[in-house]
Amino acid sequence: MEPLALYIHWPFCLRKCPYCDFNSHVRERIDQATWRDALRRELAHEAGRVGRRPLASIFFGGGTPSLMEPATAAALIEDARHLFDPLPDLEITLEANPTSVEAGRLAEIRAAGVNRLSLGVQALDGEALRFLGREHSAAEAMAALETGRRIFPRLSFDLIYARPGQPEAAWRDELRRALALAADHLSLYQLTIEPGTRFATEYARGAFALPEPDEAARLYWATVEEAGRFGLAPYEVSNYAQPGAESRHNLAYWRYGDYLGIGPGAHQRLLLGGEMLAARRHRAPEEWLARIARQGHGTVEEEALVPTDRAREALLMGLRLAEGIDPARIAARSGLTLAEAVDPAMLLACIEEGYLEWTETGRLRATDEGRMRLDAMLPVLLR
Amino acid sequence: MPDTPLARIRNFSIIAHIDHGKSTLADRLIQATGTVTAREMKEQLLDNMELERERGITIKAQTVRLAYKAKDGETYILNLMDTPGHVDFAYEVSRSLAACEGSLLVVDASQGVEAQTLANVYQAIDANHEIVPVLNKIDLPAAEPERVKQQIEDVIGIDASDAVEISAKTGLNIEGVLEAIVTRLPPPTGDAAKTTTALLVDSWYDAYLGVVVLVRVRDGHLRKGQRIRMMSNGAVHTIEQVGVFTPKMIAAESLGPGEMGYVTAAIKTVADTNVGDTITDDRNPAAEALPGFKPSIPVVWCGLYPVDADDFEKLRESVGKLRLNDSSFHYEMETSAALGLGYRCGFLGLLHLEIVQERLSREFDLDLIATAPSVVYKLKRTNGEEFDLHNPADMPDPSVIAEIQEPWIKATIMVPDEYLGPVLTLCNERRGRQVELTYVGTRAMAVYRLPLNEVVFDFYDRLKSLSRGYASFDYQVDGYEAGDLVKISILVNAEPVDALSFMAHRSQADRRGRQICERLKELIPRQLFKIPIQAAIGGRVIARETISAMSKDVTAKCYGGDISRKRKLLDKQKEGKKRMRQFGKVEIPQSAFIAALKMDA
Repeated sequence: MEPLALYIHWPFCLRKCPYCDFNSHVRERIDQATWRDALRRELAHEAGRVGRRPLASIFFGGGTPSLMEPATAAALIEDARHLFDPLPDLEITLEANPTSVEAGRLAEIRAAGVNRLSLGVQALDGEALRFLGREHSAAEAMAALETGRRIFPRLSFDLIYARPGQPEAAWRDELRRALALAADHLSLYQLTIEPGTRFATEYARGAFALPEPDEAARLYWATVEEAGRFGLAPYEVSNYAQPGAESRHNLAYWRYGDYLGIGPGAHQRLLLGGEMLAARRHRAPEEWLARIARQGHGTVEEEALVPTDRAREALLMGLRLAEGIDPARIAARSGLTLAEAVDPAMLLACIEEGYLEWTETGRLRATDEGRMRLDAMLPVLLR
Repeated sequence: MPDTPLARIRNFSIIAHIDHGKSTLADRLIQATGTVTAREMKEQLLDNMELERERGITIKAQTVRLAYKAKDGETYILNLMDTPGHVDFAYEVSRSLAACEGSLLVVDASQGVEAQTLANVYQAIDANHEIVPVLNKIDLPAAEPERVKQQIEDVIGIDASDAVEISAKTGLNIEGVLEAIVTRLPPPTGDAAKTTTALLVDSWYDAYLGVVVLVRVRDGHLRKGQRIRMMSNGAVHTIEQVGVFTPKMIAAESLGPGEMGYVTAAIKTVADTNVGDTITDDRNPAAEALPGFKPSIPVVWCGLYPVDADDFEKLRESVGKLRLNDSSFHYEMETSAALGLGYRCGFLGLLHLEIVQERLSREFDLDLIATAPSVVYKLKRTNGEEFDLHNPADMPDPSVIAEIQEPWIKATIMVPDEYLGPVLTLCNERRGRQVELTYVGTRAMAVYRLPLNEVVFDFYDRLKSLSRGYASFDYQVDGYEAGDLVKISILVNAEPVDALSFMAHRSQADRRGRQICERLKELIPRQLFKIPIQAAIGGRVIARETISAMSKDVTAKCYGGDISRKRKLLDKQKEGKKRMRQFGKVEIPQSAFIAALKMDA
């Protein structure tokens, strides 16, 4: 039986970062008890629909889930353990910001059952942190990483690169310092301008420029090279891990597995009775709360996806992974064979061009060159 | 209205280079004779079309009847025929001139004679016109009337000693012009007793009256209720209204010999009225038509496509409506793999093309793209068959072609001495053959024979920029000649793009081919696969560029469960591909082709 990944969304931040388009909100007061109860209610509601299943991962994302009282995380973990059948190596990740306040809670968070910490470091350079609108300093980030590594069995952190005017040499240097901090997993994102963010407005106004595609490509190869020296391989476009240290939870998305999404704006995919049900919760925190109080769940939309859409989703996620996709799994998850899901002539053209390849085990994977151009490849490849 | 005695009619036109003051002078003549009240007066009174006012040019012929009480005490009817000055409308000009007995030659007293003036004045001389030189802008400090008079005598060969010196702008000596018209231009000839013959000078479509026909009566009369016959095609109509222009249309009982005026006869489209045709009486037709009629033949063709394919229906309606009012505009539907559905359109020349394009975009609110203009080639197949080619895309395989002939022109270029060198180089580059090179003061006049094909491709722009705008240029079509011409195909990803193919002389092929490949390389955005771009003659590649594959295009952050958003983005990208043109495994946005063609224009 397909194991389950559980996502729990904490929708609050102290302030909005200018690059972030995630569902996060700034509120002066948050009634922790109300939120704890509501999240637990929605979890119980969804668990009732899915039934007992093996549980592979829990992920507290946000927003800033480190602002959640550790007791809330503890209660939700406890519930999940009872509602599902936790696998022995159940991965429980929580995202945290490296401010000193939040770092002070790390021990409690560990005690709540979280065994993997993901720190939103973003940069190890003071000026860059200010540009990115972060609340913490480079020193605080180093301190938080130090504490995190001591307390948690597994540690990951995020960095944002290809920032305006960032020279390759400076990025290599920053990345090397980050790699020396001995995390087993890194998420290294190129700065992207998302619509509706403050950066989108400033970028449109010409306040700053991003590296040209050729330069972005050079920075990408530099990143792969530096991470490789420390034994971290790019198992996904922007994610690097030591063998076995990959984020199991995120792999569930990329492998188009079943996942529950609890909390405002959370998304869900469940293959139930041959149908792929896609559900979405209300994004606005207060409205979501009201719906929980009224009906026990915050779902605003649930639809059964047609096979073409399922195949598109499975492939657009799966081809991001270095391991590629297993045609049999695509068929099982989407209801379409690979031959039905892609344009065979374009598949051939992509293979000839060296963008895609078949592995010895019969998987289809994007080569490094192909993965770098995935967004351009998908619309021509997929039907 | 009884007939005006012939002796008291003067029919005249005004010849001038653009900006030398033709329209202003016309305005003054109208004012001085009290034809229009001060309240009704507006600038360029005779230029109705918005486009005409804006560009300071006359597209359609117009006429106005002025009543002038001369110094001899008699009142004269002066019919002013305002003609299009541009060579594209040379035939229309010749018909307008044929309707008059004399011309005012207006020359800017500070600038002197220009190429366009020359072409028109020679036409007037050909039409046996008496010509009265008028020096305008005499009030300007830079005016040099004596020098310009000398120039008129040297270049045109007419006596300019009695030139009327005026300022149309200030109204200085307008009286002198009116007196010269009366005393120096001959009256028309004609016979009221003979059967009706009238020259069809121009026609246009009026939403209320249908087609309005501008006529000059030679013999006999045109009357309301009369059944008239068009001598070129035998079509018969019953006159609903005759009248004159003041310049407002004023109905009259009849038009007699020597008169100019209009006729309406429930005619549906201007295509039914051929400029230069002879109108006669249906029951008592003339035995012979007036001389000089020829049907209008397009000289330059190009494809017109809507930028937004959804606008094709609108384009279809618009070209139909335009044709209602412009019978020299030709069109037929065509499809292009790169641009979709559109029309192959024929024009009298480059200005006509530009005007039609502008009218379509302005009056019909259409966003259009034009393919490179092409001239009409005469092809002879090896089996002896002959045909006209006006779209390079229709060019047969060279192996079955025995000969290709291309149209040549005789071009007159006037340019200040210091720019002559580059201008001659340009003409030679464009396969020009010098016919004549003379000097008029510090201005050189070069007469060249040039292939029209070389002129439709950015010649005028180059000429203007080489001479900093000082060169003036005019041409007339001057027969066909066989040439070593080839069709150059542009291939994107090894597939030909029909809309970009063009004809060129073999000696120009490499340069032109390279040019367009380089342009496309800049215009086509990089994509997943590298794209070879080639220019080829038949199977032989003469130029090549490669657009390299894009270096990076992947969403950095793609975790969290919101896959729907990524999928919808993908759906949108796929939808966007519908606006793309497929060339093998490569898809090119139509906008890139449009940009390539725009740079050509």
